[in-house]
Amino acid sequence: MIEGAAWRRWIFFRIPLLLFILVLLFPFYWMVITTFRPDGELYRPWNARNYNPFWTWYPTLEHIRYLFAETQFATWLWNTMLIALASTAISLVCGVLAGYALARLNFPYAGSLGTGIFITYLVPQTLLFIPLSEIIRAYKLGDTPWSLILTYPTFLIPFCTWLMMGYFKAIPKELEECARIDGAARWQAMLYIVIPVAVPGILSAGIFAFTLSWNEFIYALVFLSSPAQKTVPVGVVSELIRGDVFFWGPLMAGALLGSIPVAIAYSFFVEHYVAGLTGSVKG
Amino acid sequence: MAQVVLTGINKFYDGNVHAVKDVNLDIRDREFMVFVGPSGCGKTTTLRMIAGLEEISSGDIHIGPQRVNDLAPMDRDIAMVFQNYALYPHMSVFDNMAFGLKMRKFAKEEIRKRVQDASEILGIQQLLGRKPRQLSGGQRQRVALGRAIVRHPQVFLFDEPLSNLDAKLRVQMRVELKKLHQRLGTTAIYVTHDQVEAMTLGDRVVVMKDGVVQQVGEPLELYNAPATKFVAGFLGSPAMNFATVTVTERDGALRTVSEGLDIKVPSEAVERLRPHLGREVTLGIRPEDLDIASGADPQDFTFDALVEVVEKLGSEILLDLKVGRGAMVASVDPIVRVTFGDKLRMTLDPARLHFFDVQTEAAI
Repeated sequence: MIEGAAWRRWIFFRIPLLLFILVLLFPFYWMVITTFRPDGELYRPWNARNYNPFWTWYPTLEHIRYLFAETQFATWLWNTMLIALASTAISLVCGVLAGYALARLNFPYAGSLGTGIFITYLVPQTLLFIPLSEIIRAYKLGDTPWSLILTYPTFLIPFCTWLMMGYFKAIPKELEECARIDGAARWQAMLYIVIPVAVPGILSAGIFAFTLSWNEFIYALVFLSSPAQKTVPVGVVSELIRGDVFFWGPLMAGALLGSIPVAIAYSFFVEHYVAGLTGSVKG
Repeated sequence: MAQVVLTGINKFYDGNVHAVKDVNLDIRDREFMVFVGPSGCGKTTTLRMIAGLEEISSGDIHIGPQRVNDLAPMDRDIAMVFQNYALYPHMSVFDNMAFGLKMRKFAKEEIRKRVQDASEILGIQQLLGRKPRQLSGGQRQRVALGRAIVRHPQVFLFDEPLSNLDAKLRVQMRVELKKLHQRLGTTAIYVTHDQVEAMTLGDRVVVMKDGVVQQVGEPLELYNAPATKFVAGFLGSPAMNFATVTVTERDGALRTVSEGLDIKVPSEAVERLRPHLGREVTLGIRPEDLDIASGADPQDFTFDALVEVVEKLGSEILLDLKVGRGAMVASVDPIVRVTFGDKLRMTLDPARLHFFDVQTEAAI
């Protein structure tokens, strides 16, 4: 904390914090206010006499109604949820097992393998989607949820593996050794001792993976084509921007509704999530 | 209950670091054996090899009649208490203690009974429902002990179990450990770097240095007849005083001489020291075997010293002395009045002199 006079706290702590919060939350505010603002206000020119971009006296649910009635938004939500959950589950299982192996089993080249996995995470998706689309076509997975469920793990598994490896390394080795002396085989020690202790780490890896696949854009854009298969980010952008006309109201409503599940996931697990990132296991 | 026999045990790390060198030990049934030595001396590695947590590079370990080299830790019928307790943080105290029994498929009733018994012995009945993070350091230590006890193993292994406790609690737990061992009678192997723990707990003590066993024996045997200079200096606080002296002969008697010291070799040591005539040896004398001379003390066993520091501990006074060019510590009665800068005539107990070879550091 900042010590000393009250003005120091204001200058060095409170005002900067306030600015920070303003900058971070303003896009959300803009999203919310645009969602509930009638079209008449949205497209009013900036130099009109009653122009008031930050508030509305005539809130409306018209944009949300439009989203569900005139587009396939509900289907997109369902698609996104299914794809995000499935790819997160796959990535978590692989990531936990791989992370444990890299952290605990001293096999040859474990260190360089770990680094290698991390490097694959650094290859940008904007390059990877080109070879991946070849593969998707070869296996006839295009325009199905599987095209994403199976490709998202290409960046989720390295991420989960890396995060879990760090977390497993922070768990005292003695816990496992003690379990093994107590009569547990290696897999039992892992199942009954290490994984329960690592739950905060697994949860944060899961939330991260879920968020990444929920928000993913480029693979979804390339591998899916029919409107009924699309995910929220792609669906909203491709169906609500027609040519150079932006349907701002439904667009922002879609963005708002699309961000709610992620927000819920975060707030629900926030304590575990913080513990997972700071990686503290106390005996 | 079992004896543990180590035969020619070696440990190499990465092929070239020789951490444990040819250790041969015979730990008797029901014995409390302590491994002591400075950090990196191989004591923990040896313990971990007995536990099965570390591969044995060469040699054999037998627990009871069975060779255990190739047995998994779970099959060796041992229990281990770790320095950081290693309690399972997500389990209650009861579940922590019951885990080993559950893994071994004991009946529920038997598990409850054993945990109950162990918790009564350790006085932790009221803690059974708590999680480890809700316990104090001493309570965690008890739970870790309880987890070992419930299994009724053949051998207890302790890896510096008291070093995370504060000084007062450590003394208390030390006494309890000793009582516990007397009550259960299970063979115990205890690793520590603390020579006081080693002396107070051990039926026998193994002193190790650089992976080599220096000496094995009962605590007082090690204290009174150390086999090497290292053992002599490691056990005892304050440590033994050492001075490099030359063995000479004058008027038909052997004497050890250096700047500031001219001590007659006591008759029982003459035969041992005669081969070293004319050469340097290390003379060792414990602080409590030094005293301030009165007029009656024979000249042959006294020397002059200058007081540099006076440490008043209450039960004794420690004098840091300058003797010739060297330094010595003497522990004297608290009633003597000495101050910084005093010149004293000191006397030593000739029966308690130790001599060590300068090169090999072995006792002469």
